[in-house]
Amino acid sequence: MKEGMSASIHKALENQNLAGILDRWNYPATRAKAFEGVDFEALRSKIADIKGEAAGHLDELAQTFKKNAEANGIKVFIAKSPDEAREYIANLCNEKGVKKIVKSKSMATEEIHLNHFLDQFDIQSDETDLGEWICQLAHQTPSHMVMPALHLTKEEISDLFAAETKQPLDSDIQKLVKVARKAIREKFFEADMGISGANIAIAETGSIVICTNEGNARLVTTLPKIHVALVGLEKLVPNYTDAAPILAALPRNATSQLLTSYASFISAPTLNDDGTMKEVHIVLMDNNRTAMAKDPKFKEALQCIRCAACLNVCPVYRLVTGHVFGDIYTGGIGTILTAWFNELKSAEDIQALCIGCDKCKEICAAKIDIPGLILEIRRRAAAKEGLPFIYKSALQVINNRKVFHTMLRAASVVQKPFVKEGFIRHLPMFLSGLSEYRSLPSVAPSPFRDIFPTIKQPKCEQKAAFYAGCALDFVYPDAGVAIVKILNKAGIEVLFPEAQSCCGIPHWGSGSFDMAADAAERNILPLLEGNPDYVVVSCASCTTALKKEWIKILKEQHREVLIPQAKKVAEKTYMFTELVDKLIKEKRLTPKEGMELHTLTYHDSCHAKRHVGVFKEPREALSAAGYDIKEMNECDTCCGMGGSYTLKQPEISMKMLKRKLENIEATGAEFVTAECPGCLIQIRGGLDKSGSKIKAIHPAELMVDKFK
Amino acid sequence: MFESFKAKAEASGNTEVKRFATTSEALGFIEAFMAQEGVKDEAGSYAVWAQSPILEAFDNEAMAQKFPGLHFDVTRELAKGAKVGITQLKWGLAETGSMAQDSTDVTQRLASALAWIHVAILPTSKIIADIPALMSKMHPKEDKYITLITGASKTADIERVLAIGVHGPERLVIVCVDDLALEGVAS
Repeated sequence: MKEGMSASIHKALENQNLAGILDRWNYPATRAKAFEGVDFEALRSKIADIKGEAAGHLDELAQTFKKNAEANGIKVFIAKSPDEAREYIANLCNEKGVKKIVKSKSMATEEIHLNHFLDQFDIQSDETDLGEWICQLAHQTPSHMVMPALHLTKEEISDLFAAETKQPLDSDIQKLVKVARKAIREKFFEADMGISGANIAIAETGSIVICTNEGNARLVTTLPKIHVALVGLEKLVPNYTDAAPILAALPRNATSQLLTSYASFISAPTLNDDGTMKEVHIVLMDNNRTAMAKDPKFKEALQCIRCAACLNVCPVYRLVTGHVFGDIYTGGIGTILTAWFNELKSAEDIQALCIGCDKCKEICAAKIDIPGLILEIRRRAAAKEGLPFIYKSALQVINNRKVFHTMLRAASVVQKPFVKEGFIRHLPMFLSGLSEYRSLPSVAPSPFRDIFPTIKQPKCEQKAAFYAGCALDFVYPDAGVAIVKILNKAGIEVLFPEAQSCCGIPHWGSGSFDMAADAAERNILPLLEGNPDYVVVSCASCTTALKKEWIKILKEQHREVLIPQAKKVAEKTYMFTELVDKLIKEKRLTPKEGMELHTLTYHDSCHAKRHVGVFKEPREALSAAGYDIKEMNECDTCCGMGGSYTLKQPEISMKMLKRKLENIEATGAEFVTAECPGCLIQIRGGLDKSGSKIKAIHPAELMVDKFK
Repeated sequence: MFESFKAKAEASGNTEVKRFATTSEALGFIEAFMAQEGVKDEAGSYAVWAQSPILEAFDNEAMAQKFPGLHFDVTRELAKGAKVGITQLKWGLAETGSMAQDSTDVTQRLASALAWIHVAILPTSKIIADIPALMSKMHPKEDKYITLITGASKTADIERVLAIGVHGPERLVIVCVDDLALEGVAS
């Protein structure tokens, strides 16, 4: 990561305007209300189908659009590059003597820096969308795709307006909006040309659809005698009726509205108020979109309808905003678009900001696997330029069980001077940043793999292979012991395949898919030894590997020999609490009677909730085991650990942790639990450092003495 | 349909929905409304009334004499100085509380987009379910410029605080008329 990036992250974290604003909005609740009575999954599948199909036929749709719009009297120009689009518009301005332009919101014009380009011909372009106008006055790019100026406070905006309108102003928002109305109103009447974008372009009818809340696009397309719309090719859909699902999803997902105040379908020039005919030009812009459509992975990103919901829920975006996380297009999807509309290289720094929590994926109106595509950018960058030496070496070490485990055992000795009550609270000098907001866990004196042979198990009919994962094995071995005891009570003997080693998620997450496939191949056969009935995992991230990623990665890497066995592992794999819930329901585990009720709050790890979809089962198992669950605000928002993310982006990670801790504290529960040793390391360390009374404990340890 | 339309429209921001059994009652309301809003013949206080089927239902001249600021010939200058803009809408959508305007004639846009208050006349019988239903009634082939209007002009661009009346009307008054199924609008 470049030094400039760290500095801009630091600066962004100092300024939490936008984070505070998004928090107060309570987007998840207002969004849910807007979607009442709507089957979101069906709706977004429909959009993904329509736009996915359209992405496969961009050239054809552009030609159909051109033919139909031209039959209606609209002039259509297909621009291959930003240069061609800019030239076309500049030539038109020259030909028609255009000196003043009013614009409604258009990300495509931002993409090609159109205002700046027209400046050199002394053509004045005024933004009329309030947020865009504010950004224009502040000489800044939008920080959010739908609400461009949320990073500025009303005081800052009041200063900008005061300077522009040459009058003293206070910072009352309602008054500021009226100041903008008055200042911009005249511009609509004076302009020679109106420039808009479009939310949808319909090939069948040659129409564009423009949504606004302010009503500025109606004026931009009505008052000036010339209307130019700059439209990215990905806005094309084949049919008139295809606009319906997009209009149903876009406002609901973007701003929790049923519909924007205005949605206009423009299909032909109409008469101006002086009786002349309006000139309408539509510039369909490619700028690498057709190349993107040919890429089997990235074609999917053309399904985007620009609702920016992925920004609203992204825990990283909410901290650093689009000025750090993105370029013109911001956040997760913005990273992907930047890689294509600019170049891969320009997205290499920003892709590292994605923690892979998948929050955006579950909310995307077009079913785009945004984290998956960001990972693909990472993989391509790693394949092209290689991983940094230190990082690659570390991943190689993790993949060599003997070396890695020897190092961990050595660490348990070396760390001794820094360890107190199982934590490392202060590290010397250059490492001190790592323990500034969070105590680090110490490596346990004996790993689970050494303890396991000493546990006496009863003879049982069923067997479960226990996949411990590195963190549980070496940091939280007590949880492993608890798991064995609980499963024994259900009549299940636990096997511990000695040859097991890292599941490969760290390699996968850093784009080294070949090393991830190595990890899969090393583990699959040992886990099936002794033909176990179950494979039990007590780390959500490892669960993801066993249930899903191993099969996927072996396929992708064309190493298919072990896929049948990988499928067998996946079928048998349960996350620990998922299995406990099943065993309770099958009456093989019976909670003790008359237990004292304790309170806990459950943190959903990203992998558990969104990768493997396990979130009901842990709650039901813990409730049955005598815990009253007090849900925290944003229980499924990432804690900021993200594996090595906490090392690569320590400042962001710590801010995310801080928010998580505040939400945990607010519940007043006695315990917090999560079935992911990574989350536990992060949360437990944070609670220790802040001197909290709340204890972060693995579910197995909480349940160990709760069953008959 | 009407109840859902009214509930959704009134939840969409500075929007009131009135319902009248007859055209003459609706016209009575509009007259009283213009009086209450102080419509007069000076910039900032005009009322502009764009070409609508309902105009055939009463003596326009007589009403214009009663309200010297009321204009039926909508120009950009008059619309710019209008406090009240009156138009008749084609369809209402129950799901979202929206109305569909055939905006092909520029005066429909001027009257409904520039005034402070938009009075939208809607035949109650023209309330249909949703956008897909509308798509079988209005088509770009016939209607070159269609606008769906849902509530007043609004923004949340400053600190995500809602503010009404940015570039368009800050108030939307929907006048549903039960006996207005007739003129001009083909079902």
